Amino acid sequence: MNHWIIAPVVLPAVLGAATVLGGSLSHSPALHRTWPRAITLAGSLALLGVALLLFAEASAGPPQVYRLGDWPAPFGIVLVLDRLSALMLVLTAILGVIGLVQVIVTGADRRGAHFHALWMFQLMGLNGAFLTGDAFNLFVFFEVMLIASYGLMVHGAGGERLRAGLHYVAVNLVGSSLFLIALAMVYGVTGTLNMADLAVKVPALPAGDFALIRVAAVLMVMVFALKGALVPLQFWLPGTYAHAPGVVAALFAVLTKVGVYAAIRAGTLMFPAEAPAIGPILTELLWPAALVTLLLGAAAVPGAGTLARLAAFATISSTGLAFAAVAGFAAEGLTAGLYYVIHSILASALLFLIADLCALRGAERLDGGTPRLPGFLAVLFFASAIASAGLPPLSGFLGKLLILEAGIDAAALLYPVVLVGSFLLILGFARAGSALFWRASGEQAEPLPARAYLAPAALVLLMAALTIWAGPVTGWLAETAAAVTDPAAYIAANALESLP
Amino acid sequence: MEYLVASAIGLMTATGVYLILRRRTFPVILGLTFLSHAVNLFIFSSGRLKMAAPPIVGRVAESSDPLPQALVLTAIVISFGMTAVIVLMAVGARFGTGDDRVAPEREAP
Repeated sequence: MNHWIIAPVVLPAVLGAATVLGGSLSHSPALHRTWPRAITLAGSLALLGVALLLFAEASAGPPQVYRLGDWPAPFGIVLVLDRLSALMLVLTAILGVIGLVQVIVTGADRRGAHFHALWMFQLMGLNGAFLTGDAFNLFVFFEVMLIASYGLMVHGAGGERLRAGLHYVAVNLVGSSLFLIALAMVYGVTGTLNMADLAVKVPALPAGDFALIRVAAVLMVMVFALKGALVPLQFWLPGTYAHAPGVVAALFAVLTKVGVYAAIRAGTLMFPAEAPAIGPILTELLWPAALVTLLLGAAAVPGAGTLARLAAFATISSTGLAFAAVAGFAAEGLTAGLYYVIHSILASALLFLIADLCALRGAERLDGGTPRLPGFLAVLFFASAIASAGLPPLSGFLGKLLILEAGIDAAALLYPVVLVGSFLLILGFARAGSALFWRASGEQAEPLPARAYLAPAALVLLMAALTIWAGPVTGWLAETAAAVTDPAAYIAANALESLP
Repeated sequence: MEYLVASAIGLMTATGVYLILRRRTFPVILGLTFLSHAVNLFIFSSGRLKMAAPPIVGRVAESSDPLPQALVLTAIVISFGMTAVIVLMAVGARFGTGDDRVAPEREAP
């Protein structure tokens, strides 16, 4: 067994605890202040290293399985490293490092206690959710991820933000209840919760169980749609993301895409459309919801009152497009959708970081009269607007083009929706940009230190790289999509055993 | 037995949903607790309902499925922790803003 597979889960768990311990090692206040930062930064870099190592291994070979406690699947819980999970691990690790640099530069971690421990547990939950090959374990890692995100969201907060956080927690608790109901139904019908075992057993179900498993599948995908803020389950997102600290909202950009990732696993592995028990119901439900999400998010962008809310609406819109691309669970759509997922994680994170920097200089609202902001911030905002609206030359344009060209069924509907959505996004970003940078009438804002631009500039460079090397990236993604849509190798890697 | 468990789950879910739709935080939290209790019972019943059957395979003539019991245990622990978190946040919001309504004051778009 390759023990590196468990490292992305164990490493942040141990380091998260270590950041809390730091204070008790010594009474020196200097150590007390720098210890958590040093540990978390080293941990995030190590996670990036491990993720890249696993990425190289997953690209070179078939899926690998890590049996927890060495119990054979499907009786024990397994972690599965395949190309899709490796990709998501690398994305999480990149955002973990970039976000943490910005946290340290802006001092966001000094506004309350235990920021770094929560940050590490957040990464742990995300990594676990991407790696696990067991549906119940997916629930557990969702909860780890969520409980850390509750803490991060209200970090250093008082009254009004706590109340916004309350909505987020309540919505997700209801989501968790639905997830558990779905899991219980799946177990009641199939007698297993291992994803590969489900891929074997669900297509073989007798006709009498069709209704039950279909309800379970739809409930489960509904929970993933809630995480991804798909219409009509999107109400929680704008308030939550706009109230969260900017750097935390940037990391939350991955959180919405966990919904997309889990929906891909559900639609291709656990509940494939080829199974007579499931049929095309997941596609039929996700497709219209994704299109409405795209339009609704884009329509809200021109009316956003603050830059943070604008970023939240743009995130909703981009998740809608990502869901629309993967909703068919076909290889071409998945290739394009995954490319767009990579892009939109980077673009959303960039937008939230810029909103945070603007807010640091007193420019939050988009109705003019804001202080004059530093010029380089305007350059970065321009780049992020191009990226989020999907204009050339950055990767958002390529992502949209790939999705439109992917030959998705009912693409005739996709063209007008994407074009109208893009138009609304351009309108919204143009309005926000002119309000923030041209109609500024207040005092000249204090310039930001150069290091504050480090993380946003890194995100812009990553998107530029994603554009320049779009050919190799899509080639790699096409192989990934082919592996995801034909899970035979994934199932074989699990080496499923049956009762004697 | 089946009727009893099924109606208990249904009743608790209905109570939970009703309470979640209230506009003060305390009933909402109670509603979430009801809902999680209903879910726990539901998971428990996914291993089939049996009387006087210990969850030990091989030692007794009729055993019950041990896995849902382990799942319920996990679900109970998680929902317990989550309830603690939301109670703390509700208390914080109550004393931070002066009232315990769930909906914030009218917010800018």
